[in-house]
Amino acid sequence: MSGNPKNDSAMSNARAEIFANIRRSLGVTGTEAPRRDAVDDRIERAPKGLIPGRGQVTGSERIALFKAEAERAQASVAMVSSADAVPAAVADYLRDHNLPAAVRMGADARLASMPWGETALEITRGASEGRDLNGVSHAFAGIAESGTLVLVSGEDNPTTLNFLPDNHIVVVNAKDLAGDYEEMWGRIRFTYGKGQMPRTVNFVTGPSRSGDIEQTLLLGAHGPRRVHIVVVEG
Amino acid sequence: MTLHPTSPKFKENAHQALGDTQLQKALGNVRQGFIDKRVHAAERLPEFEALRDSARDIKNHTLAHLDLYLERYEQAVTAAGGHVHFARTAKEACDIVGAICRRLEAKTVTKGKSMIAEEIGLNAHLEGLGMEPVETDLGEYIIQLRNEPPSHIIAPAVHLTKEQVASDFRRVHKGLDKDRDLTEPVTLLGEARQVLRERFLAADVGITGANFLVAETGTSIIVTNEGNGDLTQTLPKAHIVLASIEKLVPTLEDVSQILRVLARSATGQDMSVYTTFSTGPRRPGDPDGPGEYHVVILDNGRSAMLGTDFQDMLRCIRCGACMNHCPVYHAVGGHAYGWVYPGPMGAVLTPSLIGVDKAGHLPNASTFCGRCESVCPVRIPLPKMMRHWREREFERHLTPATVRSGLSVWGFFARRPTLYRLATGLAMRALAFAGGGKGRLRWLPGAGGWTRYRDFPAPQGASFQERWRKERANRKVA
Repeated sequence: MSGNPKNDSAMSNARAEIFANIRRSLGVTGTEAPRRDAVDDRIERAPKGLIPGRGQVTGSERIALFKAEAERAQASVAMVSSADAVPAAVADYLRDHNLPAAVRMGADARLASMPWGETALEITRGASEGRDLNGVSHAFAGIAESGTLVLVSGEDNPTTLNFLPDNHIVVVNAKDLAGDYEEMWGRIRFTYGKGQMPRTVNFVTGPSRSGDIEQTLLLGAHGPRRVHIVVVEG
Repeated sequence: MTLHPTSPKFKENAHQALGDTQLQKALGNVRQGFIDKRVHAAERLPEFEALRDSARDIKNHTLAHLDLYLERYEQAVTAAGGHVHFARTAKEACDIVGAICRRLEAKTVTKGKSMIAEEIGLNAHLEGLGMEPVETDLGEYIIQLRNEPPSHIIAPAVHLTKEQVASDFRRVHKGLDKDRDLTEPVTLLGEARQVLRERFLAADVGITGANFLVAETGTSIIVTNEGNGDLTQTLPKAHIVLASIEKLVPTLEDVSQILRVLARSATGQDMSVYTTFSTGPRRPGDPDGPGEYHVVILDNGRSAMLGTDFQDMLRCIRCGACMNHCPVYHAVGGHAYGWVYPGPMGAVLTPSLIGVDKAGHLPNASTFCGRCESVCPVRIPLPKMMRHWREREFERHLTPATVRSGLSVWGFFARRPTLYRLATGLAMRALAFAGGGKGRLRWLPGAGGWTRYRDFPAPQGASFQERWRKERANRKVA
């Protein structure tokens, strides 16, 4: 796939030589059973390491921590009591910020079942081509420890919606808030299978920013200028 | 071009940097910002020090089993429909990327920030093939406009002032209002966003680096704040990941441990805004994402570091904390180091990658104050490794003749304690006398490099050894 047959043979030489060099430097052959077992075991068990105490809270405390941390990262957060209240919350947010009442979203069934018709919002569907001001996504999960949203790629929530629109509105269920990253990976494995991943998993912690000019931190570099999170309780 | 190192000229580079007023103004931003932010982020996380140990142990375990994790990683990428390419050298890596871009008839190639791309000189290679590489990280974009290498591994344009950036934008962004106001960073950012948005949408191939590669799932990870890396990899026909062999980690849990120390050490954030996990190309039913997914894994001298005094350097996660805390970097900036990697990590890595004969000055440009090691999230013993390089330089007779003869004179006395005490005693008294009542010397033969800028303190009182003997005798009496 690298282009032409000559390259492919150079490739296989390169591969063989790199592995040979690594093994020579480490003084191993690659066939030692204890080393292979150690690697197989680590990948199989995926030990968790040290989990900070910060995220180890439950219920309303976890929701409050997620909200506080997301706000620290300059996202805004609204709480609603049911999925039915999401469209109105989105419409309110857009009106409060003088933004057009138009949003783009994917095919997510949770979003589709919400009563968007009760609002005046104009809805377009599918991936973004860069002309949308407002995108709406449903998160796979949130992580309380750092106020991070977890979004997965696919038809339901196209990845382009996370980056191209100026304003990204993300819906997350309170029951999908994990305390820490490790808890969330457990759910990814449960959903997609051991060793399997969605094409893209995006951790998003606040709106896009850059400090590249004189270390002055500014929001809205290439991705969204605003991230608004709607947490659905109950 | 970054491929051609000016590291052998470090002393001239440093001298020039010290006299560069623009640079010194810009470096003030490094001295102020990064250090406090890291301290605050670390204080907010009681487990921070223990997580540094955890990150170190994960990298050590991975390096000890690197061949096997690479095999597992390669299998997982292939299973997800991606392609893994191995490159021994910078040239091989450029050729692989060039061949993919040519097959796809690429004209515009967007790039997320990648130190490996700098290391292999990829932009020049793509330009040579008639393609246009476009850097999309704001800092990288600015230095591309200026045809300069990055001066910092996470803040490539940290050596520039906003006035310099404004003048570059006026020069390059044609067709915009000539009288537009570009005095504030926010307007500069807005203009770059607008200009680059068009480039993202027009790109045929997107190239990113990788902060980590996960063996368990065949996943590559980028950590950014701007979102440029994501637009780079999501919109074009193909995504090419550039990584080096030491980016491997075993599992998603292991990455999560290291992520907790990465941003805190780098920018003082708890988490960077975007941490993106990519596994293979677009899948059936996906409405967006790249049609092809390639990973180019570069060795370029790293496999030879394993099993040596420099293996620990391969733990480096490129956070930049060592340079943010380095008094030498603060004084001269990143360009003086003369190649891709500046600061303490560059002083250790550069001699490994381009040879100590070319980069020997770098490990000598250290006061051994130890701040770099004290803040390194994976606890790399940077000063110790700089010492190793000095030893090798000496063994290979690369040290300048004056230093060598000075050291052998000192060595002669140091091996003869009685003579040493006699000679130092005489020298001290002579210097004290020369200092007169002022206690300092305005001029000292053979030390003009020092006394041209400041006085040399004249020794006062007894020598350390005399005091030591006296104190010990007193203590025994008591």
